[in-house]
Amino acid sequence: MKRVQFEHSTIPYLFVAPQIAIIVIFFLWPAAQAIYQSFLLEDAFGLSTQFVWFRNYQDTIFSPSWLQAAGFTAIFATLVTFLSLGFALLLAVKANEVIRGASTYKTTLMWAYAIAPPVAGLMGNLMFNPLIGDLYKFFNVIGWDFNHKLDSFDAGFVVVLISVWKQVSVNFIFFLSGLQSIPNSVNEASMMDCRSPTRRFWTITFPLLAPTTFFLMVINITYAFFETFGIIDTTTRGAPGGATNTLVFKVFQDGFRGADLGGSSAQSVVLMILVLALTVIQFRFIERKVHY
Amino acid sequence: MANVQLNGVRKTYPNGAIAVRGVDMTIDDGEFIVFVGPSGCGKSTLLRMIAGLEKITEGDIKIDDRQINDVSPADRDVAMVFQNYALYPHMTVRGNMSYGLKNRGMPKAEITKKVEEAASLLRIGDFLDRQPNQLSGGQRQRVAMGRAIVREPKVFLFDEPLSNLDAKLRVQMRIEIKRLQRRLNVTSIYVTHDQTEAMTLADRLAVINDGKIEQMGSPIELYKNPATLFVASFIGSPQVNRLPVTFDGQNLVNGDLVIPGFTGLPQKTRLVLGIRPDDLHQSGDGQFTLRVDIVEQHGADNLIYGALRGTEENDADDAEFCFKTDHSLLPALETTLQLGFDTERAMVFEQESGQRLL
Repeated sequence: MKRVQFEHSTIPYLFVAPQIAIIVIFFLWPAAQAIYQSFLLEDAFGLSTQFVWFRNYQDTIFSPSWLQAAGFTAIFATLVTFLSLGFALLLAVKANEVIRGASTYKTTLMWAYAIAPPVAGLMGNLMFNPLIGDLYKFFNVIGWDFNHKLDSFDAGFVVVLISVWKQVSVNFIFFLSGLQSIPNSVNEASMMDCRSPTRRFWTITFPLLAPTTFFLMVINITYAFFETFGIIDTTTRGAPGGATNTLVFKVFQDGFRGADLGGSSAQSVVLMILVLALTVIQFRFIERKVHY
Repeated sequence: MANVQLNGVRKTYPNGAIAVRGVDMTIDDGEFIVFVGPSGCGKSTLLRMIAGLEKITEGDIKIDDRQINDVSPADRDVAMVFQNYALYPHMTVRGNMSYGLKNRGMPKAEITKKVEEAASLLRIGDFLDRQPNQLSGGQRQRVAMGRAIVREPKVFLFDEPLSNLDAKLRVQMRIEIKRLQRRLNVTSIYVTHDQTEAMTLADRLAVINDGKIEQMGSPIELYKNPATLFVASFIGSPQVNRLPVTFDGQNLVNGDLVIPGFTGLPQKTRLVLGIRPDDLHQSGDGQFTLRVDIVEQHGADNLIYGALRGTEENDADDAEFCFKTDHSLLPALETTLQLGFDTERAMVFEQESGQRLL
């Protein structure tokens, strides 16, 4: 194959320079800083620092509070990913079948996309407020002794609910466009081949949505790990007793509230490695099953 | 093996558009029926109603005397071949062909046997484990047919199955479809807008226009004896020549052109004289003088186009007359030819209604 060869010039480098600059300034440099910091122990006032090798990592990984946060993050990410994907898929399939008023349904369902996570968190805060929160009152009325300030399950329920609600709209948009890209004649052919709509969904529609689902899974896990910070920060702040601490929130807590820069850096490095490993696993083992 | 009956079938879309306005038809066991008509005439809608992909607004459809109006597509025992093949992209050829059988709970061994039989019949045995995107257009078309064949349905439905293929392959597949249908002897309904396909495939042809059947009959019957101007112009290539005329009691008249030899036609109505290009012949005392405009050489035949001398201005579409002759006649442009025709073979239509009068 013939390759196009441009004359050597600086212009291509100029074109990629802004992107490179962004990556270097906002990712590589902070990451390098974090790695460097993670080997240091600093006193509370920042007056003296000491190189401590892997002590920060040891302290991090073996501390019960970190393990608790890691456990919660795992459950939280799994729930948020599967619930938001599941609901979004259900809504997209139903909205795709609607003929009358279809665009109203679609617009309404997409709306939540425009809401920033902290705002979603604030809204959730109001709804679960013990004095004026409708959902708080509702759960107590129907006999659930609901108190997310004291009960760790209830607190987890609140953050999962808000995070899922916030993410469903994003997933909905992708699923809907995925559904609409399936040729109508393929659906019709399957109608002639298979009587049961449920079976048709799992044998034809769902496999054809696999590329969308895979993409969304990667996006959603990242969302659950990182972006839900805003929701947690505006609702539970990790309470009660660190039960709703995600790893990211704990990095922030220990670093900026607890002034333990070294420990917090070590945590963020571990988190980075975890997410990296998770993504590699997804591409390795799940993407194989995806038919593009 | 089944007969199909359509009784007063109508289709009105929710937005008020009427696609099919009352179709009655009986299709016999093993017959190959072609619905032909211009795009938007309702032929595909009619087929899709038989398939169960469109709701029937009025009337009923029966397969083997069983009413199927509200039967789901999968339970009608029909199989369809789509224009764009509609293969399941995530399944292999084998998967595509066995999907319908699997859903009907057929034992695995039997499925394998049937799929392999159909594959060898269609000569796609070597591709059974490939994905549809690794196949050429013609091969995909075969797989789509294979998917229909393995089902052993009562009725085959074809929705313009050849229009995505190139011209050469289309002719080849056309012959193959005909051969397969003969061999399997399954009642088939085939939709196309291509009149050559329609003529060559059909046992009987239904010419559809504006949601109604204009005429139904064997291809040669429709060619020789069209009931309306629409059928006359739709069937046959090159198109029938149409000359707007009036009748003065003895002759057909257009401007200075006077054509004798007609009787029993209404006077003072606008008529159309239709003559097939191959019914014209060169003759010294012929009725027409043709001024040669274009000569198309098709090898064995020449098509000579031109305007008739003496006629008044008419629609640009009908202004050109076509004369089909063999390759030996090659007149120079702008010269004139004296042409005649046998009045027995001329057709006269009423212009308003399009009905045949003679």
